[in-house]
Amino acid sequence: MLKRRDAIATLMESRPKDLFVVPGLGSTTYDLASLGEKDTDFYLWGAMGGAAMIGLGLALAKPKLKIAVITGDGEMLMGMGSLATIGVQRPKNLAVIVFDNRRYGETGMQASHTDKGVDLVGVAKSCGIARAYDVEDETGLKKLAGDLAALNQTLFARVHIAADEPQRVLPTKDGVELKNRFRRAVAAAG
Amino acid sequence: MENQTGWPDQLYDVLKRAEVRQVSYVPDAGHARLIERCKADNDIRDVVLSTEEEGVALAAGAWLGGQRAALLMQSSGVGNCINMLSLINTCRFPFLTFITMRGEWAEFNPWQVPMSQATEPVLTAMGVKCYRADRPEDVADTAQAAAELAFGGDFAVAVLLSQKLIGRKVWVK
Repeated sequence: MLKRRDAIATLMESRPKDLFVVPGLGSTTYDLASLGEKDTDFYLWGAMGGAAMIGLGLALAKPKLKIAVITGDGEMLMGMGSLATIGVQRPKNLAVIVFDNRRYGETGMQASHTDKGVDLVGVAKSCGIARAYDVEDETGLKKLAGDLAALNQTLFARVHIAADEPQRVLPTKDGVELKNRFRRAVAAAG
Repeated sequence: MENQTGWPDQLYDVLKRAEVRQVSYVPDAGHARLIERCKADNDIRDVVLSTEEEGVALAAGAWLGGQRAALLMQSSGVGNCINMLSLINTCRFPFLTFITMRGEWAEFNPWQVPMSQATEPVLTAMGVKCYRADRPEDVADTAQAAAELAFGGDFAVAVLLSQKLIGRKVWVK
């Protein structure tokens, strides 16, 4: 099974310059920070359930940039209605990627709904996101990285990852700094 | 809406003057006219939500992308937004919301009353400044001041639109 830090590294290996990332509260924020803190990533320390909608607002505002929300299964479950909202808008430049370890990592690795069979790819498809698929191995990850680089349709991917707990890598918690530097980076990208 | 004489159109004008480009909402009778105006405007992206907190996060994303957003909701929707307002507060995002009040005057549905009473205290507790308009002639100026404070000063501002503006709802059995 894929390990989360390997998965994020593969996914971001040939990261396009016009890709901006919104990682969700918790482990996906640490995963992204493990590759080095960047102005082009809007690290969330709260707002659980809001990552996908932040991505939607950004994607609608900047149709020429590529936006990836990379979040966990628990965070996505809390904002599951936002998949319906995204399914109505369907911006071509938005990808929602869920790192699914079937656990709530921040609170002690308790089982989430996906551990009991709730299928987020099925939910995304039902919400009108036609391009939605599972990623289970390195080959699938590389295909997803390629799809991100050539993003031209709303995309949803569920990346199955092991329930491991790598050491946390913490980006700044200063919300105003995170906002201002990310916004400047977006503006500079055109 | 026969009793929506003028003020929803004035709210639309405020949004246009403020260069708001994304307007999100859960369908609402009190905001029906304003929502229709926004949907008919090609320069405004209207985003229908499944719950109001989505609109809070959407507004943050829009701002990160260089656009201004507004959230239209009724007082009951405020309760759905509470934790998501942490995002606005912690990062000091500008945030503008127009709220039609229920449960405060000539309300036929008692289930609307608790959240109506909690609306202003809850918003204030989360750092959102509350302006209020009780009469049609107050709406435009109040909303304009709210928009200026939100986008000119990076504040979170709500305009509470009195139920008197919306009028008695005719209850059809």
